[in-house]
Formats: sequence, C-alpha cells, structure tokens
Amino acid sequence: MRRSSGRHTPGPRHAEAREIVFDFLEGYDLLGAFWVTVQLTLLSAVGSLVWGTMLAAMRVSPVPLMRGFGTAYVNIVRNIPLTVIILFTSLGLSQTLGVTMGAADNFDTQNFRLAVLGLILYTSAFVCEALRSGINTVPVGQAEAARAIGLSFTQVLTLVVLPQAIRSVVGPMANVLIALTKNTTVAAAIGVTEAALLMKKMIENEAQLILISAVFAFGYVCLTLPTGLIMGWVGKKVAVKR
Amino acid sequence: MTEVSVAKDDVPATGDLVVLKSVNKHFGALHVLQDIDLTITRGEVVVVIGPSGSGKSTLCRAINRLETIDSGDISIDGKPLPQEGKALARLRADVGMVFQSFNLFAHKTVLENVMLGQIKVRKADKKVAEDKARALLDRVGVATQADKYPAQLSGGQQQRVAIARALAMDPKVMLFDEPTSALDPEMINEVLEVMQQLAREGMTMIVVTHEMGFARSAANRVVFMADGRIVEEAVPDQFFSNPRSDRAKDFLSKILHH
Repeated sequence: MRRSSGRHTPGPRHAEAREIVFDFLEGYDLLGAFWVTVQLTLLSAVGSLVWGTMLAAMRVSPVPLMRGFGTAYVNIVRNIPLTVIILFTSLGLSQTLGVTMGAADNFDTQNFRLAVLGLILYTSAFVCEALRSGINTVPVGQAEAARAIGLSFTQVLTLVVLPQAIRSVVGPMANVLIALTKNTTVAAAIGVTEAALLMKKMIENEAQLILISAVFAFGYVCLTLPTGLIMGWVGKKVAVKR
Repeated sequence: MTEVSVAKDDVPATGDLVVLKSVNKHFGALHVLQDIDLTITRGEVVVVIGPSGSGKSTLCRAINRLETIDSGDISIDGKPLPQEGKALARLRADVGMVFQSFNLFAHKTVLENVMLGQIKVRKADKKVAEDKARALLDRVGVATQADKYPAQLSGGQQQRVAIARALAMDPKVMLFDEPTSALDPEMINEVLEVMQQLAREGMTMIVVTHEMGFARSAANRVVFMADGRIVEEAVPDQFFSNPRSDRAKDFLSKILHH
C-alpha cells in the first residue's frame, strides 16, 4: 500500500510543476501560429517549384530573349533581401498599386497571400539555380538522343532532361525548402500571424525570454529536420543510375 | 491498273535519299568539313572511315542537324534540312541515329526507351507502341531485358536497344556514329550482326566506323575522309585492295598490317 501511494504522489506534483514552468504558453495559440507557418511554407514551396522550373527552362532555352529574362530575373531577385521583397508586396503592390490578391475586404487574407507571392518570387530564383545545376549533370547525349528521335524542345526538356535533373537535385532542394521554412518568419513584417509574430508578441508580454525562444526554435526544428531527412532518403531512392 | 500500282509498291523507290552539296563547317579556326559533296541513294549502305579528327562524326551529326553547318546544302528525301523548330523535329524523326555512347534515356526502362518516340512523336496508341517495341527488342535480341534500366545492361545490349529505339520511328535512313567504339571487343559482334541484318533488309545506312570487316562485308560504298575532305570513294573491294590516294594507302597500311 505504501509503495503504491508513494508512486501516486509525484504525478500531481509534476503536473503542478509543468503548469508553473509553462504557464506563459497559456492563452496563446501556438499550434495555430505554426499552422500558418506550415501553410505559408507549403503554398510557397509549390509556387516556387512551378515558377522556378519555368525560369530554369527559360535559362536553358534556345531563345535569347527568354534566356536573358531568366538570367536577369535570377540575378536581380536573389540579390535583394527577402524583407525588402515582402515589404514591397505590401507597400508597393498592395497599398500603392492596389493589388488586393482577391481579398480586398479581408486584410489578414490579403497579407497572407501577398507574403506567399513574395516568398514565391524570392525562392523561385534559388529553385531555378538548383535545377539548372541539376540540368548540367544530365549528359548532353541524353538531350541529343531525345532530339534525334524527333522530340521538340519542350518535350526534350519535360520528358528527358528535367526528370533526370530533378532526381539529382533533391538534396539541394531540401536546402531550399528548409531555408524557405525559416524565411516565412519574414512574413511577420507585414503582419501575417505566423509563428515568428506570435513569438514577438509573447516576448513582449511574458518574462521567460529564453524559454519562449527555445520553444519556437524547437518548433522550427520539428518542421525542418524531418524535411531534410525525408528528402535525403527520397534523393537516394530516385537517383538515376548511369 | 492494279497490277501496275502493286508492282510500284513492291519495288523500293530509287533515287537520292541524302544529298550533301558543298557543305562547309568550322570549329573556330578548324575547318572540319571542307566542300563535302556526297549523295546516298535509297537502300545504300555507306561506310565512312578515316583517321580521328577527319570530320566523319561531324558529317554524320550534320545530317540530322545535331551540328549546324556554315554553308552548303543538305537535303533528305528531296527536302532541304529545316533550320529549327517543328519541321526539324519532324525530319529528325525520319532519320534514325545511333550514338557511340548509346545515350539511352537513363530514367526510363528499356521498353519505355523504345516506346517514347512512338507515343510522343508518332502519336501511336500505347498498346500498339508497346507491341512494336517488344517486337523490335526481340529482333535485336534483348527482349528479355525489356523491364530493366539501361545501366543494368551491358554495352552491347544497350547499343542494340538504341538501334531498336531508332528503328521504332520507321526511319528512312539510319546514321551510325561509331556504334562499336565504346564497346568491349566481345560485344562488338553482337551489334555488328544486328547492323548486318539491317543492311540485308535494305535499310539505307550511313555508318561511321573503324570496323573494316563490317565495311568489307556490308557496305555498298566506302567513303574515306581525311582532314575534313572526302579523299576517296569506292566499292569496298576496290578500296581495300587497291586504294588510289596516298592518304588512304597510308591509313590502310597502319590499320591492316598488325
């Protein structure tokens, strides 16, 4: 009996300790904020993969105008700080040019969409360069053989070159995706209620600076660490044997 | 009336299939093709030989415009070679090409390699394309490897798949750019046998090779190139036993006497 009661007592006491240490979390929607981060990341990832692939196609195209555009885009966009781009989407596109992203009456939705747009514009430059390095790993003979059976430029690219290029850049793409996940924090600059904005708010209101930072750092690691591990595994799985 | 048309179909159309007229090409300062005139008639097997750097591969690649030319005309089946775009792609579909390094699509299985052009270029039905691909793979003797990836095959097998891939487009002419140069000696014959068989079946072929045995047995004509020029053209027997030019004599003495 004594043993069993002795086993019971620590339970409530631990719960009490947990309550005291983590009471700063009370009243904040931590999961909700990280969910916005995840949404920002996923939508931007899909968008920049599409736009980045198109940019890469332009950069290897035989049309000089397209090559020129692709090169100029990448060199301009990747050299501008993301904060400037995100602020431009809000101050420039939205407030000056009146771009509402289909949400004129809902400020939150509008800012969220502008942030996704800014992240896509920025990240696609890096996706493009990662893909282009992948295209360079595909032997010239692959494209020549594809042209020799009568495939058009677009078919050569989409059926033969890009499928092999993408397989060889899964690792570097993980880098881009991890960077993107962390870059979503910049969306806080235009008031998107993602994790970094909540952290700022909590640091202002609560006393546990280090604990709050640690909790958020842990949250981001939870998002990015599996990304790297899974993509590393996928990269090995889909690698093209030559 | 009917008899006449049947007779017409049975006899392969004769005439010039590939015509090159005063073709010139430079690689920087190197004048790699110098005033090349060459006519290949339908059903003919032409073997191009010559020392390294003589321009034979460039000539072969120029015929389906994998290399552009600086001046001159190339026409295939009466039509001049288009500059770029859809017309060029259509023409390339009619010209089969086999490369020294096989160049099978590394991310696709052997069967998919042979089906791709049929489906995407010829717009063939998937089932029809697969049947044809399997038949062609059987013909070149690699039917059992259909579901493997190129990297799992030997060089000789890969090159035979590459031949099947080119044949799947029903080409008017086949170009072979040193098809056996990257192969182990023991695998050369299996590829040459497939090519011999093609030649016997009446395929028009332009073959750049160092295989003198193949040139002797399968060629209708040997074209000897050196320093960007066609130095000599002759039937194989005459060329190998009694070459006219000193350059050809010198070349043959180096490769035949050891």
